Amino acid sequence: MSAPLQAAAPGKVLAAQAGAGAGGMFLAMLRRDLLLVYRRRADAITVLVFFSIVVSLFPLGVGADPALLRPIGAGVVWVAALLASLLSLQRLFGADYADGTLEQILLSPQPLALTALAKVLAHWIATGIPLALMSPLLGMQFGLAADALWILTVSVLLGTPILSLVGAVGAALTLGLRGGNLLVALLILPLNIPVLILGAGAVDAAQSGLGAQAHLSLLAALLVATLMGSPFAVAAALRISLD
Amino acid sequence: MLELRNLACVRGERRLFAGVSQAIPVGQLVRVRGDNGAGKTSLLRLVAGLSEPAMGQVLWQGSDSRQVREPFQRALVYLGHASGIKDELDAVENLRAACALAGEPVADGAAVDALSAMGLGGRLQLECKVLSAGQRRRVALARLLLTRKPLWLLDEPFNALDPQAVAQLAAAVGRHLEAGGICVYTTHQPVEIAADNAAELTLGARA
Repeated sequence: MSAPLQAAAPGKVLAAQAGAGAGGMFLAMLRRDLLLVYRRRADAITVLVFFSIVVSLFPLGVGADPALLRPIGAGVVWVAALLASLLSLQRLFGADYADGTLEQILLSPQPLALTALAKVLAHWIATGIPLALMSPLLGMQFGLAADALWILTVSVLLGTPILSLVGAVGAALTLGLRGGNLLVALLILPLNIPVLILGAGAVDAAQSGLGAQAHLSLLAALLVATLMGSPFAVAAALRISLD
Repeated sequence: MLELRNLACVRGERRLFAGVSQAIPVGQLVRVRGDNGAGKTSLLRLVAGLSEPAMGQVLWQGSDSRQVREPFQRALVYLGHASGIKDELDAVENLRAACALAGEPVADGAAVDALSAMGLGGRLQLECKVLSAGQRRRVALARLLLTRKPLWLLDEPFNALDPQAVAQLAAAVGRHLEAGGICVYTTHQPVEIAADNAAELTLGARA
């Protein structure tokens, strides 16, 4: 009875170690990236300030008429979130590419897609979550009701990881190119149109009494689909960019 | 063991080298020679698997390294021109991050010991952006004292190092070879490395 148990144990231990290895590297990468964001927090704050300024320009430019502002509020917040997320993309791989860390990442025994996912997750924690937390505050300028603000926050929270995941593919593809930043914008913005339509649409639907569930479900489905594909695309793009 | 079989490298329109073949047995030190632009860095990147050869293959323990990518990368340390040191992290954080990425996580104490051995003892808490080029290089090279990987590919490892650090690094390479490791490196500096079995590989031999 005890012999097969003993025989099985080393295999289990090995498997557990391998699992801990990949998971450990994932966590180490995530921790390193978050630490870097913290040490370079001016960069992250710049993105958030940009976001709040762009959103605040609209009430100033269009006029403080609630009847005018309420219908465009969600759309404005979403477009600004899209631009702010784009602005932060160059940081995702740029510094690692310049100082040679990216070569080491490519040579790491852990699957490249997993490392890419860790980096995207760190990017989302540093930009997506703060953007989502700021959106209800900024949405108040547009006279959005409490439940609309709530839906807006949820939609930005669901949508920004998609922006990070899709943006990472563009950032990886344009590494080391001159004028890469502009090229990323041209590549990525059209791909993000569905996210914009669903995100802003969720708030509109809630305001008109239809309920936002359909939009949010589709957004979540889009997130799952992107999560499945994007890390592999990023990995392939990084290999091409460094060749 | 490592074997290069008929490797060729094309960069843009230019053919850098072709027909590079060399069998490198365990314990051998190989110095890659060549003029500036002869393709030394390209050769090391190609062996590491960072770029695809235009022709030929790199064999690791008898199998194509691109087919056994994971075990090959587990066995490989590559240090290039850019040392992968983050300005915003201190030396210990940098070293620990680099080791974790290479699949060999180390404890704080081991990292401190290795950095002290590289002569960085008093500067461990400083962000690396205030270190000199040679000191940053030492942070990157401290990884070699901790790793147990058998294959080292070092691109100009002696750049920016003072004579004392050069001697330390040469000694580390010597110990690595004695323990049955392989080291392929490039340098323009005259450096003596104690090796029983040393070979040279010359790229772009002038006619």
